[in-house]
Amino acid sequence: MTSSKWFRKGMKNGIPIAAGYFAVSFALGIAAKNVGMDAIQAGYMSVSMVASAGEFAAIGLIGSAAGILESILTSIVVNMRYFLMSVSLTQKLPEDVSPVHRFLLPLFVTDEIFGLSATVEGKLHPAYTYGIALPSISGWAAGTVLGVVVGNILPAWAGNALGVAMYGMFLAIIIPPAKVDHFIGLLVALSMGLSFLCSVLPYISKIGSGFRIILLTLILSALAAWIKPREVE
Amino acid sequence: MRIYLMITVIALTIYAIRLAPFLFIRKPIKNRFIRSFLFYVPYVTLAVMTFPAILTATGNIVSGLAALLVGLFVAWVWGDLFAVALSCCGAVFLTEWILKLLK
Repeated sequence: MTSSKWFRKGMKNGIPIAAGYFAVSFALGIAAKNVGMDAIQAGYMSVSMVASAGEFAAIGLIGSAAGILESILTSIVVNMRYFLMSVSLTQKLPEDVSPVHRFLLPLFVTDEIFGLSATVEGKLHPAYTYGIALPSISGWAAGTVLGVVVGNILPAWAGNALGVAMYGMFLAIIIPPAKVDHFIGLLVALSMGLSFLCSVLPYISKIGSGFRIILLTLILSALAAWIKPREVE
Repeated sequence: MRIYLMITVIALTIYAIRLAPFLFIRKPIKNRFIRSFLFYVPYVTLAVMTFPAILTATGNIVSGLAALLVGLFVAWVWGDLFAVALSCCGAVFLTEWILKLLK
């Protein structure tokens, strides 16, 4: 497939992400406004960070006028999972990829864009990721800015319906391979079960969601790799 | 001004986290365990992020559950990304509409 075909395919797949992002970042904009940020600051934040939990943490840090060191350390913990995702993506790139992409791609490593990019058949064409990123990040920035400007104008039913688009997309990524490969199916079921347990058990449920995601990902992926190593091309 | 400074510092921190692997890992990783580990990462991450978060994403556990069940079903039989996302939204919309009628 040519670059422009990959780009268009990415844009199409980016639309559900954009819908989900719009709903989530709308809430983010409202939170930003509540700590005294204006639309330009919130828009700048969303475009430069493109991180859900990371931005909620950033708003908290800005609201409490935290120091620079605290801001950096908190951001490292909350956003650590992106490190793992980037490691995974380096293995999807063709070996002769232009060095420019090594600086551009990391701008777009979010849970959702990563999920799509990492599960594409064969090697990853960077144009695919950029295609996904264009509508996604536009939706993300627009939602944040509108959240600051118009606050609660979006009717509840619209926000609710948009909010699940992202999860629907996640299911579309993990369920079809789980259907073919029973071990992946088992792993997906186990991940969901443990994630649920971690969210209801006393003490453990106090762990922040960003940290919970990275802990479970490390433990379960290592366990799976140990039980069933794979011949990946 | 301070807000812009903090945003810039945090944004650079996040970029550095995402950039580091792209700069330092230029060769294919040979180790079979690490390769397998990285193969499983997206499945575990996405599963953990979806459940139970989807149940509370709408503020109404009934419509959240409807989205989950419809999403699982459509993903299983059809698998198209856009179709699954759209049917989840439709499930929430319909459920909340029915709940409103019942009230």
